[in-house]
Amino acid sequence: MNAQFAVRVAVLSGIALVVFAVVFFRLWYLEVLSGDEYLAQSQSNQTREIPIQAQRGEILDANGRTLVGNRTALSLQVRPEQLPENIAARNEVLKNLADVVGMPYGKIKREIRQQSEILPANPVTLEADVNRDLIFYLQERKDMFPGITAGEVTVRKYPQGTLASHLFGYVREVTSEQLDEPQYEDLAPGDRIGADGLELQYDQVLRGRNGAVNVRVDALGDPRGRDLAEVKPKTGDNLVLSIDSKVQQAGEQALADGGLPGAFVAMDPSDGSIVAMGSGPNFDPSVFTPPVSSSQFDALNNDPAMPLFSRAIGGLYPTGSTFKPITATAALSEGVLGPDEIINDDGAFDLGDGNVLTNSDGQAYGAITVQQALRYSSNIFFYTVGARLETESNEGLQKWASDLGIGSATGVDLPGETQGLLPTPEWRNQLLKDELTDRPWSIGDNVNLAVGQGDLQTNPLQMAVAYSALANGGDIVRPHLASAATDPAGRTVEQFDPATRRSIDIPPEVRDVVLAGMHDAATAEGGTSVSLFGDFPVEVAGKTGTAQRPPNGLQSWYASMAPYPNPKLVVIATVENGGYGAESAAPIAKEIYEAYFKVSDKSSDDNAAVDATTEAAPGLAP
Amino acid sequence: MMESATASRGRVRSFADERQVGLLERTGFLRIDPWIAIAAIALVTTSAIVLVQATKGLPEAASNPYYYVIRQSIYGVIGVALMFALARFDYSRFRELRVGIYTAMLVTILLVLVVGSSALGATRSLELPFFNFQSSELGKVLLVVALAGFAMERVRRQPEWQRTARLLAIGIFPMILVLVQPDLGTSLVYGAVTLTVLFLSGTRWTHFVALGAIAVALVAFSFVLGPKLGVSVFEDYQADRFTAFLDPSGDPTGDSYQTNQSLIAIGSGGKTGLGGDATQARAGFLPEAHTDFIFAVTAERWGFVGAAFLLSLYALLIWRALRIATLSKNLYGSMIAGGIAVILLFQVFVNVGMNVGVMPVTGIPLPLMTYGGSSVLATFMAIGLLQSVYVQSQLASPSRVRTHAL
Repeated sequence: MNAQFAVRVAVLSGIALVVFAVVFFRLWYLEVLSGDEYLAQSQSNQTREIPIQAQRGEILDANGRTLVGNRTALSLQVRPEQLPENIAARNEVLKNLADVVGMPYGKIKREIRQQSEILPANPVTLEADVNRDLIFYLQERKDMFPGITAGEVTVRKYPQGTLASHLFGYVREVTSEQLDEPQYEDLAPGDRIGADGLELQYDQVLRGRNGAVNVRVDALGDPRGRDLAEVKPKTGDNLVLSIDSKVQQAGEQALADGGLPGAFVAMDPSDGSIVAMGSGPNFDPSVFTPPVSSSQFDALNNDPAMPLFSRAIGGLYPTGSTFKPITATAALSEGVLGPDEIINDDGAFDLGDGNVLTNSDGQAYGAITVQQALRYSSNIFFYTVGARLETESNEGLQKWASDLGIGSATGVDLPGETQGLLPTPEWRNQLLKDELTDRPWSIGDNVNLAVGQGDLQTNPLQMAVAYSALANGGDIVRPHLASAATDPAGRTVEQFDPATRRSIDIPPEVRDVVLAGMHDAATAEGGTSVSLFGDFPVEVAGKTGTAQRPPNGLQSWYASMAPYPNPKLVVIATVENGGYGAESAAPIAKEIYEAYFKVSDKSSDDNAAVDATTEAAPGLAP
Repeated sequence: MMESATASRGRVRSFADERQVGLLERTGFLRIDPWIAIAAIALVTTSAIVLVQATKGLPEAASNPYYYVIRQSIYGVIGVALMFALARFDYSRFRELRVGIYTAMLVTILLVLVVGSSALGATRSLELPFFNFQSSELGKVLLVVALAGFAMERVRRQPEWQRTARLLAIGIFPMILVLVQPDLGTSLVYGAVTLTVLFLSGTRWTHFVALGAIAVALVAFSFVLGPKLGVSVFEDYQADRFTAFLDPSGDPTGDSYQTNQSLIAIGSGGKTGLGGDATQARAGFLPEAHTDFIFAVTAERWGFVGAAFLLSLYALLIWRALRIATLSKNLYGSMIAGGIAVILLFQVFVNVGMNVGVMPVTGIPLPLMTYGGSSVLATFMAIGLLQSVYVQSQLASPSRVRTHAL
């Protein structure tokens, strides 16, 4: 063999040497230098943690009745690895599925792609709660729908229908952004969390802890061999509310019978536990249970009556004359008014700037004390007091209203409460400075506030807190719905008994006079709600209110407590466009009292509207 | 050089027992290169053992766990018989049959394109009663034999570049036929064979420089310029696979899934392997564990030690093949041996390189390890040819004659 050939074979040998060197060193690197790292990857390749969803706790009323429970639903799932490998055949299956399920083809593809990225080798859930018939249909046609399966999920059910629908909120899957937040750090994608209302507020109580089973899986994600370890899921604790379904039902029924939007709160004044709280119109909370129908949701969301809106904690209304007990408390405590002092209601109040205010019906109640003024709801009397508080005290009205909780959040255990607005000179003068209004604070503002008019905005829950303070002698309670958390066996694991926020010093003689005035209003001749509560077996002390709320109609209010003089329940009711307080709000309160005190007689109902006109609606004469 | 090597060998042999030599000589046993035979049989045996693990989970193995093992063993036994048969045959006869061999190769490859059966989007084999005959595997060997034959033709006054062009054309034609099946990996083997025969037949260096320049231009056009001009030379998936191996963790569930799983399998094998605990293949994470990625299965099971041993067997094969190229009694045999050495080297490098993540994923079998009758039989035929070249070199050697005389 010639030298030329030998060189060429040597070149080939050289190439072979280099090739083997490359492969050898690469192998050395992979197996010897980084073997441990790959071994770990290999193990994670083969064990898969399959989460076991913890069942969410139930929400129960004070008597143990289930308000929010659970049920098992079928979910529509796709196992991508069982779909045909051929792209065209695969798309065909998904297209057919889209037609059968009524889900856009593009959305199915997107869900599969997105969910597979997050949890590879896990089934992709297309819909969480589908009709059993659909699953049967698909399973009978397995050849046509390979890889389409059903899974079981637990979803919320509401055995009481629409009852207390505004309190619960809803449950939905945790979002990827939320997973970064500390309170959701131990959750995984696909886990369900409370998204609003009590479900959100007490998510930690209700959620429970997911279990997991570590299984060896093959590349398709199918379990093989025995389970490696199992952590049992911990069912969420039940949340026991102070809500009494019967009282709640009575309030909602009365509100619905009136047919107007409104809200009510019934609260134990001693500790702030809420016995009933509702808002009308209400809705069926199961619309938020997957699959959420967007048409249903849109219908609710775009309804001008705003059924999804909780007026009890979110409404913002002037209170009308239900504010008068607060004004009376302020004036008596500040010393600008004596308990027996007589002011002459001659039917007109001159603001001094040319404006003359009257009682709404032009009536004059003559020489009256504060107790009588509350009974008849004299505007002229309280205009006078309001003017005195402006001139003779240092913002005494604002101080007392604010102390009683008006214009600040109550701290209720629900998201979404409004703060309201208590008008003060500083507030208005700041507006003027910011050129948002054209006039400074004037005595007229205080005069208006004294009868719950003007810029005042509050919600029924704030009024319940203020009236509770009058009822209990000065404790500003923190209203709350939850009373306890119990484990699935019924043992109490936590008591929710939030401390009183603060106590204010209402002189007992002041409280006695104010409550007596309200008691007269409900029970004594000429009282504004005597037509409803005159023969009521339980002694009610209550104040009607009729607020002007342009451009809306009159806002009907009733703020009350019973039994007088040591109230166990404060009831606030308000109705939008409801006319006089005794006309639409007070009857709701009466239904609530009847349910709470288990009074069965309903004969006096018919007279409700007749005498309602005795209520004096405040009016600003031009 | 050749003479002296043979001479020393002959002297060593002369110490063998005379009667035994006579018997084995007659059956053709002793004159073969024992190392090649041992390496080849060791490889196919290893393959059968590894296949037990690698084929768990495949549908055929469900009813009979040894389905693949048995079949691979049968191919191995037939292959060894073929090797001995070819070893006794004088390869020089093939030189005269080059046109017939070349035609037969083209016809079988074309037949695949016309009536072949498809698998995974490619048409690569003919369905025969017992197995799917992948003609491009046999074609590798036939191409070496035929092309070396054509390279031996010396036409008077033919310019050197014309000869080079002619040989290139002869080699590239079947290469393109295989490429359109499509089977990129195997067609590259054809290219490597063609270049090797050209190289060993004494083609000028300058021609290789020119070929290199053309190749660089083609690659640049296929991957960079072509796509920009809207001309796609490769299917998208082919281009993606070629580039995915550069960053296996970039898209672990997509194009680089196989490479990634292969690296996990090999890496978790560590120094001495996981033995029966190896799971990457058994649990189905490693795709094509019994064919393209059987090296990874081996490396997971027996670790660096096992994989290195496996590579040593290939190194032994290739070393002996190159050595035979230098021992051959004529240039034809040298080209056949060199060509076969490169077939083995190229396949081992591309396949193992793909397994260890230094080469792109192309479907190319690991000789004698990858499950499949066509590949196993063709490889044993190639080794039989090597033996034939070796045996003929022994017979032609004067020292050999002397040995007989003694």
